[in-house]
This record gives sequence, structure tokens and C-alpha cells, in this order.
Amino acid sequence: MSLRSRGRDFPLIFELSVPERVGSSYPSPDVPLRPLDELIPARQLREEAAALPEVSEPDVVRHYTRLSHRNFSIDEGFYPLGSCTMKYNPKVHEDVAGLPGFARLHPYAPVEHAQGALQLIWELEHLLAEIGGMDRVTVHPAAGAHGELTGLLMIRAYFHARGEARTKVIVPDSAHGTNPATASMAGYQVVTVKSDARGNLDVDALRAVMDRSVAAIMLTNPNTLGLFEERIQDVERIIHGGGGQMYLDGANLNAVLGVARAGDQGFDVMHMNLHKTFTTPHGGGGPGACAVGVKAHLAPFLPVPTVERVGERFVLDYDRRQSIGKLRAFYGNFGNLVRAYAYIRTMGADGLRQVAESAVLNANYLLALLRGAFDLPYDRICKHEFVLSGLRQKQQSGVTTKDMAKRLLDYGFHAPTIYFPLIVEEAIMIEPTETESKRTMDEFADAMLAIAREAQDRSEVVKTAPHTTPVQRLDEVRAARHPDLRWSPR
Amino acid sequence: MTARSKSVDVAVRAQHKYIPATESEREEMLKTVGVSSVEELFADIPAAVRLGRPLQLPPALSEPELMAHMRTLAEANLHNDRAVCFLGAGAYDHYVPSVVWHLAGRGEFLTAYTPYQAELMQGELQAGYEYQSMLCALTAMDVANASMYDGASATAEAAVMAKDLTHRDEVLISTAVHPEYRQVLHTYTAPLGIHLREVPYRNGITDLGALAQMLSPRTAGVLIQHPNFFGALEDGAAAADLAHRAGGLLMCAVADPLSLGVLNPPGAWGADIVCGEGQPLGGHLNFGGPYLGMLATRQEFIRRIPGRLVGATVDTDGRRGFVLTLQTREQHIRREKASSNICTNEALLALAAAIYMAALGKSGFQKVSELNVRKAAYAKEVITAIPGFRLAFDSPTFHEFVVRTPLPPEEINRRLLPRGILGGAPLGRWYPDLSDAWLLCVTEQRTRAQIDELAAQLEKMR
Repeated sequence: MSLRSRGRDFPLIFELSVPERVGSSYPSPDVPLRPLDELIPARQLREEAAALPEVSEPDVVRHYTRLSHRNFSIDEGFYPLGSCTMKYNPKVHEDVAGLPGFARLHPYAPVEHAQGALQLIWELEHLLAEIGGMDRVTVHPAAGAHGELTGLLMIRAYFHARGEARTKVIVPDSAHGTNPATASMAGYQVVTVKSDARGNLDVDALRAVMDRSVAAIMLTNPNTLGLFEERIQDVERIIHGGGGQMYLDGANLNAVLGVARAGDQGFDVMHMNLHKTFTTPHGGGGPGACAVGVKAHLAPFLPVPTVERVGERFVLDYDRRQSIGKLRAFYGNFGNLVRAYAYIRTMGADGLRQVAESAVLNANYLLALLRGAFDLPYDRICKHEFVLSGLRQKQQSGVTTKDMAKRLLDYGFHAPTIYFPLIVEEAIMIEPTETESKRTMDEFADAMLAIAREAQDRSEVVKTAPHTTPVQRLDEVRAARHPDLRWSPR
Repeated sequence: MTARSKSVDVAVRAQHKYIPATESEREEMLKTVGVSSVEELFADIPAAVRLGRPLQLPPALSEPELMAHMRTLAEANLHNDRAVCFLGAGAYDHYVPSVVWHLAGRGEFLTAYTPYQAELMQGELQAGYEYQSMLCALTAMDVANASMYDGASATAEAAVMAKDLTHRDEVLISTAVHPEYRQVLHTYTAPLGIHLREVPYRNGITDLGALAQMLSPRTAGVLIQHPNFFGALEDGAAAADLAHRAGGLLMCAVADPLSLGVLNPPGAWGADIVCGEGQPLGGHLNFGGPYLGMLATRQEFIRRIPGRLVGATVDTDGRRGFVLTLQTREQHIRREKASSNICTNEALLALAAAIYMAALGKSGFQKVSELNVRKAAYAKEVITAIPGFRLAFDSPTFHEFVVRTPLPPEEINRRLLPRGILGGAPLGRWYPDLSDAWLLCVTEQRTRAQIDELAAQLEKMR
């Protein structure tokens, strides 16, 4: 890409600034022009304008367009980030979410005049309840971790209502970092349980820690190794036997859509990442959107307001005595709820089942192509993703997983998730999703195999990668030791 | 067989537009895997927990059918292209310049993930750094994070941060803070053993006399909103001084950062943490989300700030580049000891905010901010000139103000709707003693003619 700078720093928008340039136009005041300090006391007024850039509209367009060229997106290429479900984001979703009836709707518009929006939320909650096998769903949370907090607070409120003081939450050692962090935020102590040799949660270890002080287990299924928890029924018996609640981290729901539902596995609460399974775009880190499904016994604790149907009308119900309250203002990341709803209506039951089947077939196919060249710590049929290890390369030639990930960038691919889950050394976690073609996966596998050969034959080129990106390998240590988190005017 | 007889409609299983694999490719892939059917790939799922039936979902829609259905739902809503909006209360109807979403909506930004591979993601990272820089300039704080979920949850995270920084367990929160922010604060802090106490308001602003009485060695911080939920300007400097003398922090929620185009920024009068809502910076109303949680603080607190931070560094050739930094605060490294559980944030909204701030620029931002002040002041004048309508409080305001009304505000709103006017927020729902109070918002979007029309309608309701 010719626009990528070479040899000099790519400018900041501030460095393009020229005094007196403007990039916007607004009408002149059509109301009386009284001195500002008659309206606002002088001591409350800003003394100096904020040091924002002074640029023209073409400057703005060119700057951010060039920045967009210095990015990598699912629109451009393969993004096999394990646990992130980087599937294609349909363009029609952007059009429907941008309809003025959704995008320009005020959250406090009278409910009689927001019936379309409320109907959409109500229907989406019911569609997701069927998909998850749950009784009720809330779509308030803004992201997966926010959903986890919502779920755990409902569990907390449930035990509180029963007069039980439970203090612990069980988390497997393979869990996402958000799980233990959320348990802490919800006021729980974290108990970590190890995985067994097949990559399942170790049921004996679980039995040993389960007692009446445990409020819940947070489980991801399929787990972060991309493997279905084969002993899920044993887990359910142990947790429920001890009076605990089952929480499903639904990050990996894509693998089992229409095949196996959380509710049928005994989960009492689950969250679904609408920005993963239901393909709302990740936006470079967010916004996400999250649904939390619960069984009936937890429904009284849902955040307010809930959307209810009364006859043909939809209403907001704030009057829920046992609710955990609110975790955000308003009702959810509605723009993304529109997209997720559009996706489910487009796919239908058969389409969603095809998603799971193709996601799992793609992962197993890619695994078959790569298994000879890398270590495979858990050798089973995988679900939507699988975890390799770069240990062999590290031991033989000192090439780390990080080096190989950086080298992949030179081949035109985003790297897989690396060094996660923590229980696999030099982990390489690959999730192709159902929207990738066989040809893309063949090309990716060729690149991975080429890098494995390079690690043996010319390891320097891998250790110093990437070579073709807008910048070379970046000094992360320096960034952390000498934090430079903002531009300042000289 | 003719082409006609092999109609595409009779395929056993329709080829889906988002799923590229064809039947023959599936067969090839299964062979490579070494299984004979896709079903075998699910053999590890115990039969007892499988769904033995198709999901009960409505039939799939084609794209034209979907578009028609979505239009029907959208048109059932009274949106601000059809209504003249005087409603604010935490979600603001500002003009969004065309450049903002033409750029932020580019697929290269929209469909990217969190920038885990920095070398490939300089666009997103640099935009994040620019956003952080602009937010610091606006608030006069030292550091800002790359975004939080929304104003309410960012405010709750600020309170948790104050607790961690001071090792104290009580937060004093003004009742002039957005009621939903207070509710969220309550939800977040209860399980952490943070004790919340509400400070009353007086004449529409936080009662500093009462605040002084409530401060104690337990006080981790004081939380105000400025301009507050009633649109009124707080005496932030005095509140900060009180908080600091008690050894606590001053947290300031900002529900509309456009106010900082004219108002003395929180960093200049002593705020320690600025939190709030960035939706007004180029975000659409979106029926309440996605919005943009803002969080900024002082340099000495950076290791307790929640969420992602973008930092500048250099590459092996010495060129400037950007990375996610100080990650040892975050959940994927620290797990249960992290400063927050936040992972996914609102990066795209932060990008849109940066584009918005750049497009408005130094003088434009100030100009739009002043337009808000002037239009609201005019509206305040003409509405309170109508007998029966009077200002609830006489504290100075930015672009919102509270009016006591001769009829219940809900009834006024009902009568305004047929005239295409979306009235203000009735406050009785949150403040029982303000059941005749109406919170009006007048942004730069409102014209003098629209304000006059509102006044003319109210005139008829005396």
C-alpha cells in the first residue's frame, strides 16, 4: 500500500493543525447575542479554548482514511483470533441500524412512540431465549464482561433472597481473564479448578472444592481449548448437588448453535456475546453487546427496565422489587441489538445450525492441515476452534509463538490469539469461523507451514518479523516504562 | 437435463450467502479430517444435552424482506428527523457532521478487532491515542483511557477507583447526579462494600453545607455532575476543596462534554477523576446505546485506571508507533486482582468522537458550545415569560433547565406530540417533590422559530 509511510513518522492529527483552519460549519446564532458572562458567571467560563486540532474537512477525511489503511479488518482478510469469533459482518446490518427510526430515536421518547424499538428488543430477547434454552433474557449489558457481572449479581441477589451467604465462585484454570475479574467485582472469592488430561474440567478436583460456600461455577462450553466439556452432566450434578448455580460464559456459542443449548445442560445463567456469535462488528475493540439469559428462578432479579408485552403494546417495567438495579443507563447497546436481530431473522433455525456445522468443520479441517507441524496438547475432535503449541519451535530454534504470530502478518493474515489459554505453553488459538472459505484456510495453512519451515531454516526472519507492516516490531517495554498516553502542545 | 429443470430453488439445503462452503467442498474437508459426516464432529456432546429438534425461530428472511421488515419497525418510532426534540436528560440531540460516520463507519475500522497485533493496527491505535489526547485537552486532565461502556458505568468505575486509591469505603454522591448513574453506582458498589450516601441538592445544585457535614475520614470521594442533571452549574472548585480537605477525591461526571467548550474544565478547578458520557461527541441517539464512557484522571493515578490505554513508543527502526500499554492493570493479566473486569470497550465511538472533535476543531467546538448556551438561554427567557411557567432554580445553566409547569409535564408532553414536538423530561419519576418539574434541553439543533413555536404551544396551555 503506497500510502503506508516509510522512514518517517506518520503524522498525528495535531501535527496537521494550522491556526484558523476549520473543518465544520454551523449557523450563526438566530437568538439575541448577549455577552457570554451575562449567561454564565465569568469564573465558570473557560479561559482558553481546548487545544483541539485546527484542520479543514479534507484534512480530516484524508487523515482518518489513511489511518484506516493502517489497520486490518475482517473486511480485508482472515482474522483467526481464537475466542473472538471474527466472522463476516453483513453490510445490510449497517443500513438497518442506521435507519433514522433507530439511530435518531431518543431513549426517553414516550413508549407509545418507541413501539418498533421495544418490539425489536422484546422479540430479540425471545429469540435468544429459544437459542439458549433459557426462560428470560436481558439485553442491557454492553459487553461480555458486563454480562458476566449482570449474571453474577443476579446469582448474588438470588442467594441473598434465600438468606444464604455464599462467598465463592469456581473458575476453571482455562477461563477467560474476565471470569475471575468479574467474580471479584461481584464480591466473590475465586476458587480455581484445574483441567484434566483430556482438556475437560477436572471433575474430581471440582468435587473436592464444592461445598455450601460456593455460589456458582463460571464455565465456558465449548471451553477455551475449543473442546466440549464431555463431563458436563457430572459438573451439573456436583454444582447443583451443592446448591450452587451454573453460569455459562457463552463466548463460544458459535460452535453449538441449534445443536446443544445451555439451558438443556443445566445452566441457570448464560451470557451471549452478540458481537461474536451474532456478528455485530467489533469496531476495533467495541462496542459490543451482550444478552444474559436466565432460568425462571432468577428472572425476578433481572436489571430494570424489562420490556414486557401487554396485549398488543410493549412497555418498560421499572417496578421490579427484587431487581439487581441497573448496570448502565437506558436499555442496552440498541444499535447492536438491531444488527443481532437482523442476523437471526436472516439466518433462521436452519441457517444458525449451518453456522455451527460449518464453523466446526472449518476448525477441524484447519487443524488437520496444521497438526503435523505444531504440537497439539489436546488431541480430540475440536469444536469451533483449537489450540496448538509453539513449544517445538521454541525448543528447536528459539522461535517463539509471538515471533510466528508477527511473521503471519507479513503473509497478509491477522495472527491467532496467542498465549491463551494460560494452561497451554506457547499457545496458538485458532478460530476460523464459518464465513471463511476452504481456499482461505488452505492459504492460511500454507503460510503457517511455511513459517514452521522458516523457524527451522532461517529463524532470524521470523524472530525479527514483521517486515511488511506500517511499523516494525514495537517496543512495548518502553511504552510501559515511560508512559506517553497523550500528545501535548509544545 | 436442461438448466431450467435444475432450478436453484429445489436444492436440498440452500447455500447460504454468508457461508462459502459448498457441498463438494464440505465433502473434501470431511475427507481431510477423516470423518464421514459433520455429525461425527459433534460426537463428543452427550446425547442427553443435545437439542433433538430444530430451533423454533421464524423463517429466514431474504435481504429485501429483511429490509422491508426493519423499515416497518423503524417507522413505528418517533425519531428526531420527524420530531423537534427538547428532550435531553443524558442523551443529547446534537448535529453529527457527515464526515464522522463516513470515516468511523469504514469497514477497516468497523470490522477490526481490539488491536492485539499492534504493528498491523496502527490506524486504530493512533486514533485511540488522538482521542485520549483530545479528551485530556477538553477536560484539562493528564490521562484518559481508550473508552468505557457508557457514562453511567464509567461513573461507577470512577467510584470504585476512588475506593482503591484512598483505601476508604464511603462515597458521597450528589442527588443532582443523573438518577440512572446513581442507580448504576449503587449496583456496582454494593457487592464491594462501598457505602454510598446521597448529598441533597438546594436550588438545583449540590448543597455544599450538607456535603461539609457529611465528609469524614471514611470518605473516599465526592461525586458531582457538572453541569448537573438539572442542567445547572455546580461550584466544582468549592466541592473539590471540601473533598480534598477531608482527604478524599473529587469525581466529576460530565453528561455532555460539549459543555466544556465554554465551561472551565474540571482539571482546572481540582477534579481528580472525570467520568461521563461521550455520546454527544458525534454519536447518534440510538435509543440509548452504544454510547461512549469517558474516564480521565491525574497522572499519579494511572496505575489504577480501568480499561485500555494506548501509549506511544518506537519500533526497531526508531519510528513512532502505538501499542496498548500498562496492561498489568487489566483482567487478562491480573485476573481477579485487575482494576476492572472490562475488556470490550467502545473503541468505535471513541474514534467517532476524535473525528468529531477534529472536524469541529478548536474554534468550532467553542462555537457549538456557545450556540447551546445562547439558544437555551433564549428558550429559558421566552418560556418563563409565560404566566404559570417559572424556573424551578435560579442557578446558571448550560443547555438544560428545569421549569415548574401549571399542568403535569406528562400532560404537556402529550399535547405537544401532535404538533411534532418532543417535550422535555418530567422529573417526578425520579424526584417525587418535583412532580410539576420539566427538564428541557435546547441544543444547537433548535432554531429560534422552533423555540417560539414551543412557547406558542405552551401559551395555549396556561
